[in-house]
Amino acid sequence: MLETENLRKTYPTGDEALCDVSVTIGGREVVAMIGPSGAGKSTFVRCINRLVEPTTGHVFLDDCELTGLGDDELRDARRDIGMVFQEYNLVERLTVMENVLSGRLGYVSNWAALRRNFPPDDVERAYELLDLVGLDGMEDKRVDELSGGQRQRVGIARAVVQEPKIVLADEPTSSLDPETSRDVMKLLTNIAVDRDVPVLINIHEVDLAEKYADRILGLHDGELVFDGPAADLTSESKGIIYRGEEPSESATAVGTSDSTDTETTGHRAKQQSLMAED
Amino acid sequence: MATGSANSINRRTWRRPTAFRNRYTKWAVYGAVLALVVWSLASLQITPGRFLSGLGYGYELIESMLPPETGNEYTLRLFDRMIETIAMAMVATVAGIAISLPVAFGAAGNLSPRPIYYLSRGVISATRAIDGLIVAIIAVIALGFGPLAGIVAISFKTIGFFSKLFAEDLEDIDMGGVEAVRTTGASRFQTLVYGVVPQVVPRFTGLAVYRWDINIRSSTIVGIVGAGGLGVLLQRAYQRYEYDYVAAILIAIIAVVLVAEFVSAVVRRRVQ
Repeated sequence: MLETENLRKTYPTGDEALCDVSVTIGGREVVAMIGPSGAGKSTFVRCINRLVEPTTGHVFLDDCELTGLGDDELRDARRDIGMVFQEYNLVERLTVMENVLSGRLGYVSNWAALRRNFPPDDVERAYELLDLVGLDGMEDKRVDELSGGQRQRVGIARAVVQEPKIVLADEPTSSLDPETSRDVMKLLTNIAVDRDVPVLINIHEVDLAEKYADRILGLHDGELVFDGPAADLTSESKGIIYRGEEPSESATAVGTSDSTDTETTGHRAKQQSLMAED
Repeated sequence: MATGSANSINRRTWRRPTAFRNRYTKWAVYGAVLALVVWSLASLQITPGRFLSGLGYGYELIESMLPPETGNEYTLRLFDRMIETIAMAMVATVAGIAISLPVAFGAAGNLSPRPIYYLSRGVISATRAIDGLIVAIIAVIALGFGPLAGIVAISFKTIGFFSKLFAEDLEDIDMGGVEAVRTTGASRFQTLVYGVVPQVVPRFTGLAVYRWDINIRSSTIVGIVGAGGLGVLLQRAYQRYEYDYVAAILIAIIAVVLVAEFVSAVVRRRVQ
């Protein structure tokens, strides 16, 4: 279970990217974090494994407080967090298998890493995952021979081979076409169920978030303005997330069904989500 | 309208914009460069007469070089030194690159902490500042005549060259993969061998072979100051006015360098 407590990040430039974000993610839920560009989605995900150092606040993964760890302990803790990236972030000149197995580096010695000598269990698990993501038989291909969708599958396999306690995905579909994006989302939701881990996905395509996520977090200007089941995401809540509109009397940050002005707001929300796609 | 008609007049002539501020500055700069060349020639007192007599000496020199000395004993000594030259270049390349590697990683701004970065850049600048022959002279004074001094001098020059160029290649790598490897909980060393090294292996090979080829050339010249290799023979032959032997040595140098360049070109084309 992942818990963030009043997570805040102020960049040295003075930009406040995150403002007191507190969420709890557990079980095998698929959580999508939406919000306009610059709302702090990436910063939030990167603060969890401390690729970005949060300014104040705490992050807990099960009983371990990630924010208090020294270098060595952080390294060990990172083994429990799988991460999928927007640009896949694979090592291009290595084979598919090497990229997947890099998810196990935290468990092998330096010498074994140098010789690519991984324990049989790890290799077996890597093969299984390649089957799962639909890349069976591709293990010896070099990553730079693959298409974008295939690369992202390698990225997912690398995250899952870690046997993580949570999978973070930072805009995993932004570099992919709509068809492949849906496949990748499907794969991520399957993994949550299959592997019994929560998956947190940063995404700007609202329709994908609504379709595949159990729960949605809405971020506007660094603040958490929506947290609720995907079914509760109304056009009014989208207005709050994407344009910073003040919630109306009847609506709370956790969206309820909107009564007024459905048509116009709905129309605008649609435009917004179209804009967000590019 | 007024501007429109003004434009239509200007439209009938066009001048290429000059890289200098205006045409007068341009001619002034050209004039200054020409004056500098003329002044240099004048101050060195290279007169046409001097130039012609120089041509005469040159002709005599070439005549005394032909045919090149091919006596048995001479050729044997030549081969000896040729092998020494190649061996010096090999050893110096390997030693120089071995020292360069940590310096290059230290001088890659994306991989190393600031203090180490500045230290490594300092080492690179220092080794690049002094010319190879000066290093060779110092090495001969410190270590005595012979190939050891040459190896030290050439290795020293390899550090500046190799570290600088390899550090630039390291700075050009895609950091995404490196970040991802680090995020899995890999150690610093593992991140290097898994995320960084695979990206730079081809460039490393290319640079190493290129430097080897440069080192072969260097090791033919450091002998001039007594640091081993073909240069030793060359210098002795000059002092004894054995110009036919000089010609033979020059041919040997050209042959060695050409072969090295050819090998280097083939290897570099293969790896890139």
